[in-house]
Amino acid sequence: MPELYIDGQRISVAAGTSVAAALALAGDGCSRSALNGTRRAPLCGMGVCQECRVSIDGQRRLACQTPCRDGMRVETRR
Amino acid sequence: MKRAYDLAIIGAGPAGISAALAAAASGARIALLDDNPVAGGQIWRDGPQVRLPALARRLRAELAAQANVDCFAATRVVALAGPRGLLLEDEQRGWRLDYARLILCTGARELLLPFPGWTLPGVSGAGGLQALLHGGLPVHGERVVIAGSGPLLLACAASARRHGARVQRIAEQAAWSTLARFAAGLPRWPGKLWQSLRLLDPAYRGASHVIAALGRERLEGVRLRQGGQIVELECERLACGFGLVANTEIAQALGCALRDDAIAVNDWQATACDGIYAAGECTGCGGSELALLEGSIAGYAAVDEHARAQALWPQRQRWQRFAEALRTSFALDPALRHLAAADTLVCRCEDVPYAALAGHAGWHAAKLASRCGMGACQGRVCGAAARTLFGWSRPAPRPPFTPARIATLLELDDEQEPPCAP
Repeated sequence: MPELYIDGQRISVAAGTSVAAALALAGDGCSRSALNGTRRAPLCGMGVCQECRVSIDGQRRLACQTPCRDGMRVETRR
Repeated sequence: MKRAYDLAIIGAGPAGISAALAAAASGARIALLDDNPVAGGQIWRDGPQVRLPALARRLRAELAAQANVDCFAATRVVALAGPRGLLLEDEQRGWRLDYARLILCTGARELLLPFPGWTLPGVSGAGGLQALLHGGLPVHGERVVIAGSGPLLLACAASARRHGARVQRIAEQAAWSTLARFAAGLPRWPGKLWQSLRLLDPAYRGASHVIAALGRERLEGVRLRQGGQIVELECERLACGFGLVANTEIAQALGCALRDDAIAVNDWQATACDGIYAAGECTGCGGSELALLEGSIAGYAAVDEHARAQALWPQRQRWQRFAEALRTSFALDPALRHLAAADTLVCRCEDVPYAALAGHAGWHAAKLASRCGMGACQGRVCGAAARTLFGWSRPAPRPPFTPARIATLLELDDEQEPPCAP
């Protein structure tokens, strides 16, 4: 069971869980704020739309294509 | 870092896996690339609560046993690098791959069309929801509405139910008469009879489409047109996809010709460019059975085993007829071009509303005036939508094809060629 942090909140998830799913398990499922300030959540689920981009250990990553790993620090984009 | 292979295959879904296995017996050195963390593509996407079909497990095991096939997961194609080279990026590094021959198995994405409220959290694609469910997205007890077009809606509904969601409605835009004709023809293809039976799902409605997603901060309900009626349903999720769009960006950059918005190929699955083949949904959408056959044919052809490739033509032809039935049965109702309101965002990356696009002569003019398609997805979502809404040609891709790190782009530094199309 990998244990990771999402916006500072600790959560443990089943092995193989995507970061996109972990966003919903830990909170409201949102990944970023749009230019107009509204919140957005994963849309295409397959690495195309870029809506699920988050910061993982300081790197820009797509939540839908990234499996959760132990100790990951995920920050959604405000 | 730079590596050279006899054959590179981009995309490790059914077509790519099948191509790699067909070509492997020749002893050629093969690289199989995919941007997802494991092979399988969208249809065989693995995850915490996923039990893959026996065929997928068998093919993955066979693939792992091939000593001459190197699989590179979580690896994206960033740009072309010279006449027979690719610039790639994975989690750690950027690197270059040179190939003698190439097979494009880049698959398809969903056609996502704008409608009021579609940017609300809780709204996703239909295949999108399915992919997210495979990744472990929790939907237990949630009310879900599924809308759009194509057999994917039924697959999405089945996945959502398996994960404990309450499917309130499956709204298919195609007319009942067309659906009945499609269902009546399904027994012609092995294994498809069950699909026609699933059309009897009590939540399924033909001639129905989404009008708006409702809610303030996140999705609270959906307004649908169901035949002649307008209905509103409360729900926590809306999964909406209008069919598939072939991923042709890399093929276009290589100079391959397109036909009907997909990569044009001949009987050998060869593209218009010498030594470059294509197979699966990127050559037109027809399902995994067709993709597996096309992949095998491309794999054999790419290692000059023409007799083995040709032996598969009759089977391919049978599934091509299924693809044709799919295409005609789920053709989009022109009314779907008018779902967006003036202030509905079409480009979700740059927040460009419908009103800023309507009235322009074409994609290029609209882009220059509004910044549509200039954001992170580079027009993959709004460019395909604009093609449907306005009939504009789809944007030609420009490198980098995907957001990339500067260090990756510097991998091209020692070369004369800039990272752009020939």
